Amino acid sequence: MSARGRGAWLLAASPVIAVAAALGAGAIFIAGIGENPVQIYALLFREAFGTGYGLGQTLFRATPLLFTGLAVALAFRAGLFNIGVEGQMYLGGFAAALAGAYLKLPAPLLAPAAVLAAALAGGAWGAIPGVLKARFGAHEVINTIMLNFIAFALVSWAGHGLFQTATVRTREIAPGAALPRLDGIFAALRGAPVNLSLAIGLLLAVAVGLLLFRTRLGYELRAVGLNAPAAEYGGVSIGATQALAMALSGALAGVGGTSFVLGYKHWFEMGFTGGAGFMGIAVALLGRNHPAGVLVAALFFGALSYGGLVVNQRVPRELVEVLEALVILFAISARPLLERVARRWE
Amino acid sequence: MIFLLFAAAALRISVPYALAAMGSALSERGGVICIALEGLMLNGALAYTIGAYDTNNAWLGILCALLAGLATAWLHAEATVRFRADQITTGIGINLLSAGLTRFILVQKFHSSSNSPRVPGLPELHLGALTKLPALGDLLSSPLVLVTLALIVGVQLLLFRTVFGLRLRAMGEAPEAAATLGLSVMRYRFAGVLLCGMLSSLAGAWLASEQHSFTDGMTGGRGYIALAAMIVGKWNPAGAAAACLLFGAAEALQITLQGSAFPSELLQALPYLVTMLALAGFIGRAVAPKADGIPFDAD
Repeated sequence: MSARGRGAWLLAASPVIAVAAALGAGAIFIAGIGENPVQIYALLFREAFGTGYGLGQTLFRATPLLFTGLAVALAFRAGLFNIGVEGQMYLGGFAAALAGAYLKLPAPLLAPAAVLAAALAGGAWGAIPGVLKARFGAHEVINTIMLNFIAFALVSWAGHGLFQTATVRTREIAPGAALPRLDGIFAALRGAPVNLSLAIGLLLAVAVGLLLFRTRLGYELRAVGLNAPAAEYGGVSIGATQALAMALSGALAGVGGTSFVLGYKHWFEMGFTGGAGFMGIAVALLGRNHPAGVLVAALFFGALSYGGLVVNQRVPRELVEVLEALVILFAISARPLLERVARRWE
Repeated sequence: MIFLLFAAAALRISVPYALAAMGSALSERGGVICIALEGLMLNGALAYTIGAYDTNNAWLGILCALLAGLATAWLHAEATVRFRADQITTGIGINLLSAGLTRFILVQKFHSSSNSPRVPGLPELHLGALTKLPALGDLLSSPLVLVTLALIVGVQLLLFRTVFGLRLRAMGEAPEAAATLGLSVMRYRFAGVLLCGMLSSLAGAWLASEQHSFTDGMTGGRGYIALAAMIVGKWNPAGAAAACLLFGAAEALQITLQGSAFPSELLQALPYLVTMLALAGFIGRAVAPKADGIPFDAD
C-alpha cells in the first residue's frame, strides 16, 4: 500500500482508534477497582446486543442520540457548532407533550401533529442563534449555550400551570398521540421501550444524507461550511444558508424528544433529555458528521448506556459517563495527531 | 440595612462566578476558549472536600483543589494547545468527564451517589473594624472573599500592566507576530489555561467550603454563568467581575422573590439573555480576541 493510501486509512480509522483508546483507559479504571476489564466489557456488550430485550433497550437509548447526532452533524456541515441541541430537544419534547395532551384532533392526525409540534419548537429555538449569527455575526456557540438555560427556565415557568399537582410532569397525552412500541411488531423486543420514534429517526437519517449529498441546498450548505468566502463568491448567501441549517438542526433535535415523550412515558418530565443533547456532539464527532456514521455511533453509545446499567453491580455505572467523555477527548485529540502522522508518511 | 443584606447576599453569590470568569478571561485572552469552567469547578469542589475530609484542614483542601484544577486544565491544554484539538469540543468533553469522574469518585470514596459527609469550611478571619461592619462584616471575614477581591485587582494588573500580560494577550490577538519575536505561543497559552484552571477550581472549593460538603453536580451550571459574565465583561477580568456582581444580584433577587407571584424563573434566565444581547451588539459590542479559539500551528 502506498504511503498516501496508508495515511487515508489511518484517518478513516481514527474513530475506531479513539474508541479503542477510551476503552483502554476505561480498563485501567475497572482494573483499579479490582474487576477484570475484559469480563466487564464482554458482559456489557453481550447484554446490550445479545438478547432481544437488551437490543431493544440499546435501540431505545440510541434513538435520541441518533436525532441529536444528526442535528449536530447537519449544523457542523454548514460550519456551525450547535451546542444548543439539549435545549432544542427539551422544548421539542415539551411541545410534543402539550400538542398530544391538548390538541383536539382525530386519532390518525394527532401523533403526526405532535411530532410536527416537536419539530417546530426545536426548529424555532435553533433558528434564533442562526438568525443572530446571520444578522449580527453573534457567535452561535455562546448563544446556543445561553439558549439551553433559557429553555430550561422557560419550561419551568410555563410548567406552573401545566405540571400535574406535586410533580414536574405534564398531563398524559391522548392515546391517539402515542407512538407505538416496536415490540408489537417484533416480538423478540418484548418489554423494551424502543418505539416508532426510531423509525422516524432512521428515515430522517436517510433524508439528511439525501439533503446533504444529493440536493443543491445540501451542496450550498457544505460549501458554506468548507469555505464560506468561496461559497459567497459563487452566489450562495452565507447568512440565509446558516440560519436555515440551524433551524433544520434544531428541528431534528426537537423531534428527538418524541421517543421519550410520545413513545415511552407519554408525558413531558423536567430533565428528560438527561444530556442526550451534549452526547449528540460525541455522536456526530465519532460518526464523522455523516448520517451512516452517526447511526453507528448512536448505537455504540446506546449500548454503553444500557450495558453500563447492567454491569452496575460490579462496576459503578458512573464509569460509563467517564468512558463517554474519554471517547470525546480521544476522538478530538486523535484526529490532529493522526493527521500529523499521515503527513509524515507522505 | 435590607439593602446591605441584599448586597451581601449578591456579593456572596458572585464570588465563585468572579473567580471562574477571571480565569476564563485569562485563558481566552491567550487564545484558548475555555468552556470547561463547569468541570474545573466541579473537580475543584470535590478535591477540596476530599482534602479537607482526609486532613481535617480546610487550607489543605484548598491546596488539593488547586492541584485538581491544574491537572484538569493541563489535560485541556495538552489537547487544545499541543494537539490543537477543537477547543469547544474539548471543553465539553472535560465537563462530561468531570461530571462522571466526580460521581465515580464520590461512590468509591464516600459510598454515596449524592453527597459527601460534612467537612470543615475555611476558618473566619477577624480583621477588627472590617468584621464589625453591619451585614458585610460576615462576608469580609471570609478569607476567600478577601482573596477574590484582591485577585480582581491582581489579575487585571497582571493582564494589562505586566510583560507577561502583554505577551499573553499577544497570543490571543496575533500569535504569528508573537512567534516571530521568538516567544513560545505554546508556553503562554498553557499558562493562560493553567491559571484558568486554578482560579476555577478555587471557585469550586469556595462552593464546597460554604456548603461544608460535596454534592453531586453541585456547580449546577455556574461555570456557564461565569463564561457568560466573562463575555458581558468583554474579556476583561474587572469587567467580568462587575458582570458577575450583576448576575449575583439577579440571583439574590430571584431567591428573595421565590414563592411570590413574580415569575422568578424568568429572572433566572436574565444573565443568559443579557449575554445574548451583549453578543448581538445591543449593550456595546462584545468582541473576542482575534485569535481566540484558533489553534496555533508552529510548523
